[in-house]
Amino acid sequence: MNLMISSGPSLLNRLALGLLMSVTLILFDHKFNGFGTTRVYLNSLVSPLQYLANLPGQMLDASASRLVSHERLFNENAKLTHDAVLLSEQLQRLTFLKEENDRLRSLLNTPVQDNTRKVVAELMAVDNNPYSQQIIINKGAINGVFEGQPVLDNKGIVGQIMQVSSTNSRVLLLTDVTHAIPVRVARNNVRLVVSGSGSLRELIIQHVAHSGDLKVGDLLLSSGLGKVFPEGYPVATISSIIRDESRPFSQIRATPVAQLDRLKYLLLLWSRREAEQNLINTVGTP
Amino acid sequence: MSLRNYSIPLSIIVALVLQITPMPAAADLYRPDWVLLVLCYWVLALPHRVNIGVAFGTGLVLDILLGTSIGVHSSALCLCIYVLAANYKRLRNYSVWQQSVIIGIMAALYNLVIFWLQHLLTDIYFLFEYLWPVVSSIVLWPWLFWLLRKIRRQLRLQ
Repeated sequence: MNLMISSGPSLLNRLALGLLMSVTLILFDHKFNGFGTTRVYLNSLVSPLQYLANLPGQMLDASASRLVSHERLFNENAKLTHDAVLLSEQLQRLTFLKEENDRLRSLLNTPVQDNTRKVVAELMAVDNNPYSQQIIINKGAINGVFEGQPVLDNKGIVGQIMQVSSTNSRVLLLTDVTHAIPVRVARNNVRLVVSGSGSLRELIIQHVAHSGDLKVGDLLLSSGLGKVFPEGYPVATISSIIRDESRPFSQIRATPVAQLDRLKYLLLLWSRREAEQNLINTVGTP
Repeated sequence: MSLRNYSIPLSIIVALVLQITPMPAAADLYRPDWVLLVLCYWVLALPHRVNIGVAFGTGLVLDILLGTSIGVHSSALCLCIYVLAANYKRLRNYSVWQQSVIIGIMAALYNLVIFWLQHLLTDIYFLFEYLWPVVSSIVLWPWLFWLLRKIRRQLRLQ
């Protein structure tokens, strides 16, 4: 019995080869973004493992939903009916306001870009990588999801699609350190850029002069300037402002409006242009 | 025997699944480095079958699963497995408790290399919370060692 590692290159050579290949791959992937479309196939290849890892949680969910009491379902139904009535009343006002707004906008020749297609997606997994904040949702390339697509929940913007695989896709959350989103203050239209802090409950607003007209509690809406997120969706509220004159800018923190630690159902948006593009693509490929 | 041939890949796949299973946020911090531990056991027990090549491949899969830049986990795994493969004869003679200290050092190296590579790519800050997996890996090692040795002896893997 030969237990020595005698066949093939020596250990040190193997290590050198492994590290060299890793570093090349990191540079290729990160600096040049070389795995553009290949990543879709790679992600699809490993997605069985993700489904497998998700199985225990799903089974727990399924058994929990079977064990819900009759009374609780009844109460929930009553509450939802109540909400539906209230919301439909608001909707009536909204259609009226929207028509009026469209009319006024058309007088100014600046029509609002509205989203034509919406799809509800469900949360599949939360990434346990402590260094970046990503989640996985259960819609992918076959549903027409594309890279850079905005993702919302029922309160506000959650993030954008980072990688697409065939049946699921990865969402980069607003609070990731590499993420930033252009916003404006709802009160006075001051434009800002909100970047992630790496913690789920906090966002950072950088490079704001001490004289900037901002208050704690101000609501920040997406400004649509980056051409990624549509205009006018809530992003965050300002939670603290420190105006230390010895520093060049004030230090401003904000709390995301979306409940990023409690995500369950998410909304994917397609703008008119992208929806048409998508239609052409799906029709074009048999 | 098919199970004999597939038991090592199967154990690695189970480790990968355990590494990515969703857990409550509070427990998530203490998740041990399953993949590293399983590879460590196999490289100590059967270094001619599992060494740097397997570590590299597993690292690539882990990178795709976790959404990090491809190559981050594979380089960290290669480095740790190299250290163990170079010293496997000595480490085998240690008691399980001594081994778990060594494994703890390896887990610290693994987590620090990953942090450092990620730090180069994006500007993240170091928190001591990121080192909790080291402690849980040390605690887990004796049990995992016992389980995998039982599997190896039962199936007479060589």
